[in-house]
Amino acid sequence: MLNEFLQLILSGIAIGCVYGLVALGFVLIYKATEVVNFAQGELMMFGAFIALTMGGLQFMPFWLSVVLAVLAMALIGGAVERAVIRPVLGQPIFSIVMITIGLGFFARGLASLIPGWGTLTHRLPTPYADQTVAFGELVLSAGHLMIILVTIVLCVLLFAFFRYTRMGVAMQAISQNQLAAHYMGIPVARVNTLIWCISAAVAAIAGILLAPITFVHANMGLIGLKAFPAAVIGGFGSIPGAIVGGLIIGIVEALSGRYLPDGIKDVSAYVVLLAVLIIRPNGLFGEKLTKKV
Amino acid sequence: MTDTVLEIKNLEASYGSVQALRGVSLSIQEGTIATILGANGAGKTTILKCISGIVDPRKGSIHYLGRAIGGKRADLIVRMGIAHVPEGRQVFPLLSVRENLWLGAYTRTSRVEALEDLEAVYRYFPILKDREKQEAGKLSGGQQQMLAIGRAMMARPSVLLMDEPSLGLSPKLTEEIFTIIRRINRDWGTTILLVEQNASIALQTASHGYVLESGRIVMEGPCEKLFQDEGVQEFYLGQKEETGVERRRWKKTRKWA
Repeated sequence: MLNEFLQLILSGIAIGCVYGLVALGFVLIYKATEVVNFAQGELMMFGAFIALTMGGLQFMPFWLSVVLAVLAMALIGGAVERAVIRPVLGQPIFSIVMITIGLGFFARGLASLIPGWGTLTHRLPTPYADQTVAFGELVLSAGHLMIILVTIVLCVLLFAFFRYTRMGVAMQAISQNQLAAHYMGIPVARVNTLIWCISAAVAAIAGILLAPITFVHANMGLIGLKAFPAAVIGGFGSIPGAIVGGLIIGIVEALSGRYLPDGIKDVSAYVVLLAVLIIRPNGLFGEKLTKKV
Repeated sequence: MTDTVLEIKNLEASYGSVQALRGVSLSIQEGTIATILGANGAGKTTILKCISGIVDPRKGSIHYLGRAIGGKRADLIVRMGIAHVPEGRQVFPLLSVRENLWLGAYTRTSRVEALEDLEAVYRYFPILKDREKQEAGKLSGGQQQMLAIGRAMMARPSVLLMDEPSLGLSPKLTEEIFTIIRRINRDWGTTILLVEQNASIALQTASHGYVLESGRIVMEGPCEKLFQDEGVQEFYLGQKEETGVERRRWKKTRKWA
């Protein structure tokens, strides 16, 4: 009984990590550019598909294909910013958000047109598929464990990047006061492109981590609809908040799927969202500071 | 003889359909402090924003050391040696004082030199060293102004643009800040273009002054001369003539208008 509960918590944490990573992508872009990128889930889907295609080439080892897929997504993320987002900066935020929604539809359509991708569900072969790791009586699939480990490593890396590198601090500066960042000589437009690169790379990692669990298909990006509340719960602007929000939603989903009637699982993310917003309108980690233009 | 470091000719700029500058020309000599006086909305800030590449001029030219910089990207202009202390301080509120200062040195390539300048900034503003680890948003207004100036100094600029450094400060703090502005100019040889509403202290600090009204330069000259000028005294220094009641009119027109 207790074991089952812990087991659920663990798999909830694993899925929550994926939500958290996608939410992280939302937050990174939002903090720097004030654009909510609703195509974040589709970036994730593309990352998984690219890894799938590269893995299908046979001649390269799995790890190399993953690294290449992540790098390719970083480039695609930057290119999308440069080609689609930068020309419309300065337009009302609402228009830009609509563009990202359109971008999401476009990406889904495009994925189903690409030969080998299509509308079918694919299995991403991983070396760790079907393996399990036992902690005493708890059994965790290697896929879940991998998600948790990679998320931890990625969070530590991102934290160190934002805290200690010149570029990371410059990104924080842009999110706090874009005008002053210009005055410091920070090339704001280029740094924003770089943020899209990072955000798309993180999304690709999330997609590849998720692939062994949900498989790869053109609609897997709809997970963004769960990641978005995760970002909001965390305060939409807080990086740790995004991960914590993801974890909360992941755990609540896992528990409600088991103990509550059918169907509740799918709305549980939004129930949690409402509850958090009623108690703490700024989210759990929300900054009270208002942004100056 | 001094050289012209900043030369602006017939600068025009507008925000949408509102024209902020209607043909402004000025030239700043190397190593001097120049000031632009003017009321709210006269276009003072817009001139500085055009120089630092935040606002694109519609017409006219800006030359810095003989090179045209009008309409260039802001980060390139900082790299060329023009730093800006923006109006309202604009510090990065959630970053520490030290991180704020380091961001000022973003365009520098030599870490060692930047570290030396950091020490120099701490000597000018010892309070910043005491508050090194504190979030900039938690500083008082005067301290934030010091931070904004120190941050701009970290770029080791040859031209420093200062927008309303006295804004919201007590007279005593204003005096303190302006003493330091004079020291920076003297010690580092930095050319300073100062925009101020507090005309009295600006004219005492600068050597050359311009009076801006509705986007036009209506008067310019050495600051001692501007100080003596009747119109400047009445409209910017708030002094009235003490004698000659019959000379006073209820509605006095400005000489230059």
